[in-house]
Amino acid sequence: MNTFQQQRVRWLIALAFGLGAVGHADVLPEDRSDVLYHRYDGGGLTVQGPSVLVRKKFGDSFSASYQYYEDLISSASIDVVSQASAYKERRTQNNVGLDYLRGNTLYSIGWINSNEPDYKSNTGFFNISQSMFGDLTTVSFGFAEGWDKVGEVSKGVFQKFVGDADHRNWSVGLSQVLTRNMLLGLNFEADENNGYLQNPYRGVRFVDPFSGKGYSFGAAVSPNTRTGIAGSAQLKYYLPWHAAVDGNYRLYNDTWGITANTAKLGYTQTLFTDWTLEASARYYWQTAANFYSDLFPYQNSQNFMSRDRELAQFHSLTLGLGASYEFHPAWPRWIDKGTLNFNYNRMRIDYLDFHNNLILSAVPGDEPLYTLDASVMQFFISFWY
Amino acid sequence: MMVSKRQTTAIVLLAGLLLAGCSPIQPWVKPYEREHLADPIMSFDRSPISSGYLDHVFEVREGARGATGSVGGGCGCN
Repeated sequence: MNTFQQQRVRWLIALAFGLGAVGHADVLPEDRSDVLYHRYDGGGLTVQGPSVLVRKKFGDSFSASYQYYEDLISSASIDVVSQASAYKERRTQNNVGLDYLRGNTLYSIGWINSNEPDYKSNTGFFNISQSMFGDLTTVSFGFAEGWDKVGEVSKGVFQKFVGDADHRNWSVGLSQVLTRNMLLGLNFEADENNGYLQNPYRGVRFVDPFSGKGYSFGAAVSPNTRTGIAGSAQLKYYLPWHAAVDGNYRLYNDTWGITANTAKLGYTQTLFTDWTLEASARYYWQTAANFYSDLFPYQNSQNFMSRDRELAQFHSLTLGLGASYEFHPAWPRWIDKGTLNFNYNRMRIDYLDFHNNLILSAVPGDEPLYTLDASVMQFFISFWY
Repeated sequence: MMVSKRQTTAIVLLAGLLLAGCSPIQPWVKPYEREHLADPIMSFDRSPISSGYLDHVFEVREGARGATGSVGGGCGCN
């Protein structure tokens, strides 16, 4: 069995769970509840499960929120098939948050706990947001810190913890009304990671003339620090036929040598009085980490080595469609309105230096490049009260 | 010291700009002009539960992270 909990910082959840970087500071978030079913299917991996988000105001100054999230994972991905065997597992996550509004300032705090058989994570966060200049401008600042414990599972049985990882994240955001039809959002984040930052289940591939395939797998070693910065800008424009168009660009860079660009375009169109349709296209590309290689020349050829395909050079395109239907139930009377929502995204990743080693080749490293096609589906129902 | 006409003009303009900083900034989009901005379709994040899930789908498969202004979450599986 080969399970893996990616070193992913939960504070990103935090930054928006309570607030959203481009929210308005002088109002509390709306009272609403969402029940969602999600499903990812691609590359031999299926992840599906439910999620529930509940938010409620208390008095004029407080709003509390709770989210439950679950992943049911069934994996036979190329990484798993290459170095271990298919597996199934379950991950649960609980978020709690509290917002306090005082004047034009919104204070948010929260806690996130994530639990998997071989990965435990806790994150605390704080966010402050202030609106100014006649509510045309909202600035926010956030800090989060997370503590992870990374372990190993074999044949469904927990084996041992292999290390700890600590994360810290700082963020600033700006939301600006530019015209009566246009909004601008700017976000900047810096994060710092220390500890065990690699996947305990993934090895590196190296040339081995004594192996029948011409290569073998060995242990991967990643640096135990990683610092990254990301900046993004987004624009949203209202169109006179009750539609909106938006654009988003993000630049990312970190000390592992990864530089990434993300560009996204979206279009939202209302139809009749109760339908909202959405379409989006997202393009992403990144350089490889300094210590990444698909095939190392021999075992232990470098101090740091990785074959994690998330650290490879690749580009990807994701096309999305969504539909939402609004209704006003007669009962129960405390519900103001509800929406039924369906979103579908089709994602394709083209790796530029990660080869499909499941296809036999006379010369190691000459296998075709790996590509990933995935479907991402969401169905959810929302209520406002 | 003689001050040229051009310098005088520059001083007057600069003084005007500095004095303008003393007055409160007037919102250039009045509250009654924000009907379009208040429309739900103008929200950067209409459904946090949905955008958060999608952000995490990307996050666990890509090297970059952050500055999405939205929610993360979900597993990072092989």
